[in-house]
Amino acid sequence: MADILVVVEHQDGVFKKNTLSAVSAAKALAGLFGGEVDALVLGDGVAAVADVMAGTGVRKVLLGEGAAFAKYLAATYAGAVAQVVKAKGYGAVFAPASTFGKDFMPRLSGLLDAPLASDIVGLEKDGDALRVKRPMYAGNAIGTVELVGSPLLFTVRQTAFNPAAMGGEKTPVEKATVTAEAGGTAFVSRQETKSERPELTEARVIVSAGRGIKAQENFKLVEELADQLNAAIGASRAAVDAGWAPNDWQVGQTGKIVAPVLYIALGISGAIQHLAGMKDSKVIVAINKDEEAPIFQVADYGLVADLFKAVPEMIAELKKLKSA
Amino acid sequence: MKILVAIKPVPNPDEKVKIKGDGSGIVLDNIKMVVNPFCEIAVEEALRIREKLTGEVVVVTVGPKESEQQVRSALAMGADRAVLVEAGTDLDSLAVAKVLAKVVADEKAELVLMGKQSVDDDNNQVGQILAAVLGWPQASFASKIEFAADNKKANVTREVDGGLETIEVALPAVVTADLRLNEPRYASLPGIMKAKKKEMKVVPVASLGVDTTPRVKVLSLAPPPLRAGGGRVADVAELMSKLKSEAKVL
Repeated sequence: MADILVVVEHQDGVFKKNTLSAVSAAKALAGLFGGEVDALVLGDGVAAVADVMAGTGVRKVLLGEGAAFAKYLAATYAGAVAQVVKAKGYGAVFAPASTFGKDFMPRLSGLLDAPLASDIVGLEKDGDALRVKRPMYAGNAIGTVELVGSPLLFTVRQTAFNPAAMGGEKTPVEKATVTAEAGGTAFVSRQETKSERPELTEARVIVSAGRGIKAQENFKLVEELADQLNAAIGASRAAVDAGWAPNDWQVGQTGKIVAPVLYIALGISGAIQHLAGMKDSKVIVAINKDEEAPIFQVADYGLVADLFKAVPEMIAELKKLKSA
Repeated sequence: MKILVAIKPVPNPDEKVKIKGDGSGIVLDNIKMVVNPFCEIAVEEALRIREKLTGEVVVVTVGPKESEQQVRSALAMGADRAVLVEAGTDLDSLAVAKVLAKVVADEKAELVLMGKQSVDDDNNQVGQILAAVLGWPQASFASKIEFAADNKKANVTREVDGGLETIEVALPAVVTADLRLNEPRYASLPGIMKAKKKEMKVVPVASLGVDTTPRVKVLSLAPPPLRAGGGRVADVAELMSKLKSEAKVL
């Protein structure tokens, strides 16, 4: 089939690793149906991002720069990607299923009148036909989806595809000519949730707390445990709705989908929508007073205990381990 | 301000989803249909904007005749009137967006509000596609909407990975609601009574001249792979030792 384009996510010039899963998904499609995988970097003064991408095994990196791309806007991104797709005849476009990809990819779908499969977790070949797997009903069902038309558009669930390797042999970076149409939108400001910790979607370990943490100040305990594990901190929707944790800590179908090596759920009952966001973690630990809590059904190591007793013990054990 | 709110009925998300034996869909017998939670937030926001700026709130849905019940729920919350575009349930996001574009043009809406995604298909597409089809600005995942003094522009704060982002959109625009935009009100009893008499225009989808052939077809559903959980430990000491020597994650 025709060649494949991956749209690279970065935050003001800082490369986002979720792009690497989109590259893997694109390569999976190329493996099934042929075609070469290229990457597109949009921004202003983002040659460094293009350089990182050049080492990820793509055929080439297209670099579209201009002051109008300095701040991400759905209108400018969707418009520019549409120009590149039309000019070069790409048959498929991939982007991460982050708030970046989920924002501009549907707009691209509207611009190109092209079918978009959101949040995909698998690509398969059935005879000559492509079959796309994607979660529906808060992850309670996996749909098999067929796309009709061209180009085919995909946003990729980061946890479902192993990230492409970085630091490989450098492939060419080419300048792409793109124009920006902001179409009545303008960037105003960005409020970064300040944290010294790894990002939720990139962390190896996540410590997450729910209703059982009882108060905002008790997140200190969660932080202490996270410090010992170099972990990111997550929260259930209940904890976020109670105002104890910021919005972007929320793990779940309507928040972040995560799959760390170790997920520690503290005082989280395990509502369907929370499980949908973390059940692909490699090892799940649950600590909850309620032995009937549904979280125990997905936990590898369930501990029925008061988290306010158990967590300080864990912290003490971890400190011992470190000094040993 | 004339506000169009697009809503979708979904199976009650608090009930467990069961997939039919042949994988052709989910079991809907005895499952209550409700207004998609994100759509409810969009309706609430429209009502609050009307309370401040005056105007009209028109609810629109694209789907089967039975959707009337959920449309009435939105009217009971306080929307002024409704448009039900009668169509099958197999329309994809592109088709729904194109149908909505016709209704938006017909109604001369100045603002379109809708939920960021419906909790059945979880596509998160229609609002953004609609904005593209109309050539309008979009602001997805909104947690706050503030209008400029002249009501020609709005600053929309969006829930994005890593924090919050505020963008300015010129109106008319499409804004999709995220969880924390507001807490939707419950319909009052008088509201429910009044809703029964409010205007609901039923429009057959065929009369709009939109090609609604699905481009994204759901062929089948299957349960997700089961996770073999359920393991227990007696105390912290056992937990830590197993994490270290058995799971090897410490």
